Amino acid sequence: MSTSDEELTWREIEVGAIFTVPGTTADYQTGDWRSQAPSYNFDRCIKCGICQLYCPEGCVGQDEDGYFIADLYWCKGCGICARECPTGVITMVEETE
Amino acid sequence: MGRKVGIEVSIAISEAVKLANADVVAAYPITPQTHIVEHLAELVASGELDAEYIPVESEHSAMSACLGAAATGARAFTATAGQGLELMHEVLYVASSMQLPVVMVVANRALSAPINVWGDHSDMMAVRDTGWVQIVVENGQEAVDNVLCAFCIGEDKRVLLPVMVHIDGFHLTHVVEPIVLPDQADVDDFIPPNEYPLPLDPARPVTMGSFGPPVIYPEIKKRQDVVLRESKEVILENWQRFGEAFGRYYHPVEQYRAEGAKTLLMTMGSTSETAMDAVDRMRDQGMSVGLLKLRLWRPFPFEELLQAVRDADLLVVVDRAISFGGPAGPFCSEVKAALYNQDKKPKVMGFVAGLGGRDIPVGGFEAMVHRGMEIAEKGGGEILETYGVRE
Repeated sequence: MSTSDEELTWREIEVGAIFTVPGTTADYQTGDWRSQAPSYNFDRCIKCGICQLYCPEGCVGQDEDGYFIADLYWCKGCGICARECPTGVITMVEETE
Repeated sequence: MGRKVGIEVSIAISEAVKLANADVVAAYPITPQTHIVEHLAELVASGELDAEYIPVESEHSAMSACLGAAATGARAFTATAGQGLELMHEVLYVASSMQLPVVMVVANRALSAPINVWGDHSDMMAVRDTGWVQIVVENGQEAVDNVLCAFCIGEDKRVLLPVMVHIDGFHLTHVVEPIVLPDQADVDDFIPPNEYPLPLDPARPVTMGSFGPPVIYPEIKKRQDVVLRESKEVILENWQRFGEAFGRYYHPVEQYRAEGAKTLLMTMGSTSETAMDAVDRMRDQGMSVGLLKLRLWRPFPFEELLQAVRDADLLVVVDRAISFGGPAGPFCSEVKAALYNQDKKPKVMGFVAGLGGRDIPVGGFEAMVHRGMEIAEKGGGEILETYGVRE
C-alpha cells in the first residue's frame, strides 16, 4: 500500500474504487519481512550471476565492480542465493534489529 | 404517445429493453424469468435489437459477463429469478461495489427446498444488502416504465450503480395485460447515452476491482453507502422526468386511500392490487383503512415512510418472505427499524403470507387487518403471525 492510501478519506475515493494511476509493487518495502540478511565474501565470487537468476524477488543487481548484491529494500532474506551460490560467497546472518 | 397492446408482461419487458437499446444481454433461463430472455434472444437473432446476446452457462456467469460489458461502457441487461439470483449472489456485491450500472429484472420466486417455481419475496430479501438500487413494481406497465427508468438511474454519473426491478413471478411474468409501449423516439429522448466515466480503454488504462486492505476498505464501503443513499434524489428526479414525458408518475411509497387512515396496510409487489380491493371493501364498511405500497426498497425511503404514516395508529405489514428464527418478516422489521426512534409512531403488526405462490385473496388482507387491530388492542400475537397457513 502506498502512503496516499493511508491518508485517503472516503470522499476522495474514485468511482467504483477504480485506480487511475498505475500502481507498482516496487513501492512495497518487502525488506521489512526479513529476519536474515545475505552477507558477502566477494573474494570467492566468480560473478556467475546464479544468485541473480535464482532470486525470487528479483532484487539482485551488480555493483560498480560487477559483483552481484541484493538490494535490502526488497530482499526478504529467503536465503536461496546463499544456498545456490556455487563458490560459497553468501552466508545468511541474523538481523539484529 | 406510444401504443397500448395486450401483451405478456415478460414480452413487454423485453420490448422495453429493446427500446432502451441495450448493448449486451447475458442471461441464463430460469422459470419464471424465461420468457423475458427468450424474447430478447429472438429480438437479437432477428436483428431488431442490435446487441450481443451471451448465452452463458450459469447465472454467476451471466452477472459476470454483464459486469465486463458495463466496465467497457456498454449498456448491459440481464434477468433472473429465485435460485438463479442466489447463484449470482457474490457477483451482485461486485457489481455495486465496482459501480457498474447493470439493469436486472428479478422475477421474484420462492427459494428451494422444496423446489417451487412460484412467486414470493424470499429471493428479493436475500439480496437486500447487496448495494443495488431496488425498485418493486405491481403490474406490467410499472415494470416496463421502471425498466426504462432503471437505465437512466443506474447510468447517471451521480449514481453509477446497478439497478434491480422486482416483478412477482407468474403473477406478473406470465399474465397478459394492456400495456402502453412508448414510441422509440420518446424513449431515445428520455434515456441519455451511457457515458461511463472510466471505461476499460487501452488508451487510458485503469485498475478495476483492485485489492482493498484494511487501510482503505472501510472508506470504500462508507462511500458506497453514501452513493446508494444519495441516489434517491436521482431516482426521484428520473421518476418526475418520466411522469412529465409519459404521464405516469412513481413515488418511493405509493399511497392508496391512505390520507387520514388510522390503519395502514403495507405491501410490496403484485399483491398490492388485491390489497387495494380489500381497502375499498373496508372503506365501504366505514373503516379508516388505507394502503401504502413500497416502491423503493433500496435506498430505503425513510423520510417518505415517516411522512406517509404520520397520522396512522397502526401499520399492518405483509411480508412474502420469512426471516427464519428472526423477526419473522424482513419487510416488517425494516419498517419497525425505520420508526423505532421516532417519538410519535404507529404500532406495527407484521404478517407473513403468500409464500411459494400461495394466493392472498381480498379477504385475506381484510383478515390480516382485523387480526392486526385485535393484537394492537388486546396484546398477544406471535412473533411469526401468518395468514393462510393450515394449523
